[in-house]
Amino acid sequence: MAHEHPPDCPLSVHDLTVAYQRKPVIWDVDLNIPEGKLVGIVGPNGAGKSTLLKACLDLIPKTSGWVHIYGQPYRTNRHLVGYVPQRESVDWDFPVSALDVVAMGTYRRLGWFRPVGKTEKSLAMEALEKVGIAHLSGRQISQLSGGQQQRVFLARALAQEARVYFMDEPFAAVDAATEQAIVTLLQELRDSGRTCLVVHHDLATVPQYFDWLIFLNLRVVASGPTAEVFTEDNLRKTYGGKLSLLDHAAEAIRRS
Amino acid sequence: MPTLQDILGTILLQSYNTRVVVLGTAMLGLASGITGAFLLLRKRSLMGDALSHATFPGIGIAFALMISAGGSGKALPGLLTGATVSGVLGVLCMLAIRNTTRLRDDVAMGFVLSVFFGTGAAVYAMVQTKPGAAGLESFIYGKAASMVLSDVLLIFAVGLLVTATALLLLKELTVLCFDEGFAASTGWPVLTLDILLLVLVTAVTVTGLQAVGLVLIIAFLIIPPTAARFWTHSLRRMLVLSGAIGAVSGWLGASVSALFANLPAGALIVLTAATLFLFSLLFGTARGVVLKRIDQSRLQRRIGRQHLLRAAYEILETMGQPVSNQPIPRQRLLEHRSWANPELSRLLAQARHEDHIEPGPNPSLIHLSESGFGEASRITRNHRLWELYLITHADIAPSHVDRDADLVEHILGAEMVRALEAELKPRPVIPNSPHRIPSPP
Repeated sequence: MAHEHPPDCPLSVHDLTVAYQRKPVIWDVDLNIPEGKLVGIVGPNGAGKSTLLKACLDLIPKTSGWVHIYGQPYRTNRHLVGYVPQRESVDWDFPVSALDVVAMGTYRRLGWFRPVGKTEKSLAMEALEKVGIAHLSGRQISQLSGGQQQRVFLARALAQEARVYFMDEPFAAVDAATEQAIVTLLQELRDSGRTCLVVHHDLATVPQYFDWLIFLNLRVVASGPTAEVFTEDNLRKTYGGKLSLLDHAAEAIRRS
Repeated sequence: MPTLQDILGTILLQSYNTRVVVLGTAMLGLASGITGAFLLLRKRSLMGDALSHATFPGIGIAFALMISAGGSGKALPGLLTGATVSGVLGVLCMLAIRNTTRLRDDVAMGFVLSVFFGTGAAVYAMVQTKPGAAGLESFIYGKAASMVLSDVLLIFAVGLLVTATALLLLKELTVLCFDEGFAASTGWPVLTLDILLLVLVTAVTVTGLQAVGLVLIIAFLIIPPTAARFWTHSLRRMLVLSGAIGAVSGWLGASVSALFANLPAGALIVLTAATLFLFSLLFGTARGVVLKRIDQSRLQRRIGRQHLLRAAYEILETMGQPVSNQPIPRQRLLEHRSWANPELSRLLAQARHEDHIEPGPNPSLIHLSESGFGEASRITRNHRLWELYLITHADIAPSHVDRDADLVEHILGAEMVRALEAELKPRPVIPNSPHRIPSPP
């Protein structure tokens, strides 16, 4: 396992352990993610995928180890990071419009007390255009469909103008059109040199969507280019005896 | 009983004394309406309740301390300092219980609220016999009329400061309340912002003790924003409305309380706010119950009309091609969609009212009017094109489908409609239903 961490890495994780109340949730995670990759984080429920993401983003305390973004601690380089939380993590009944939510991506750059101005609004509008729902910008967010809400979250991350994106299950419960739109967007981001780490559930689409994979089940089972690590062996090590899932995956391997 | 002149004089602020008191209470309402909106959106309203009740022991203890130090015991700054200290202590206890044990928020809240209020009641009973203790009870239920100019000036200063701070922090508090995780990931100090919000709430609560009382001040924080939410989906408008509802409640509540010597201001303010809330709940333009009902019945009527006319058209189709407008036996309609008899009667009455059916002498024969026939053919065509679209393009976003659109072309574009119609060839311009073959007569 790599224990050297080149400073130009968008994300390097060194011996990271996170524990809730003495029970480790992920342990000894050690990763180097190269720039310009679409990285899938896969593993069974409770494998610690979201925990890994939140620990990288400094949202939960680390029990040991460190995380660097482009060779610096998160605190220093967080302006290079974009974040798409799980859609269910917020109350969509909140009295704001889609545009308001997307503009939140610009808040930190604006700094304390300064209100959202024309520049921020047009930036947010551009981001909404990129995810294909500019026509819904004024809509209150509870009046959007699940897929549209997910697009709003993606647009907000785009408005952050980041270089590394962390996305927590952006494909969860979205319609087919939205899934396709997200995939296209991810590819565009990758092609412009951005790195995206995406927590993903559907093993069938994994080899098709991602060019780098992290197999996670409390520890890192494997991390590397999809072509090398998407093997039955790694899947079994990650998912254990859950055979129905394995059948799914085996089919995916045959197709890839 | 006050005369009409008294009432007008009070509400319109003609007397200097009431003018001062009422304006102060209105200012307090404005500040708490705005702060309360953020507290509500942060889902921490319960914390406001724990905080206000936890101020009680502080007031009694501060009074006792000031008496034993040889003071008057009723110095407002001293009492309010005591209230602040014990209120904040209550909130800290609540946070400690929540963070160190696995007890839920509501349990921690109930615990702190009752224990602190109980302590307060005990302390109050002990100091009650001391000279000058009379009037302390106005902190429980509020007595706006007992405020003097300096009290009101304090309320004004704090109210302005709180309002200005909340508005200055509009975007910071918004992102905190909407998405804490995202706010933290972008570097906003979530804890500091939470403390700031708590400071604002504490400031409103403590300065409002005299006017509204500690039992009811929570209403000032919760009711105005909840009422405001019925009128708008925009946070800015909600803040403005919430402030306005708070101010009006304070104004009217304090005025009426000034008219009747024995009515506590807090109670009247709450009742006024509750009346405004009830009005908003019923007639609010964004979520009001009445508007929702009207929308619903309108929708029901529209769908009923569409079903009736489409059924009529489908029956006419079986009566010979090309389809022409002939009388339809009522019995056929009844069988076509398995309507209950009274339901069909209702739909027919509605259609007659909308001039889609000709009034005829024979109630068992239904004759569509010229406009009804046109409408029926339009509805049927739309319906079938949509069905076809869903079947042939099931992979495209179902969210794009709006069956109510007057013309499919408005949504799908003329080109798509041409393509769909081409797929139906060599069928007639009004395509047959793709999944239902008309039954023979």
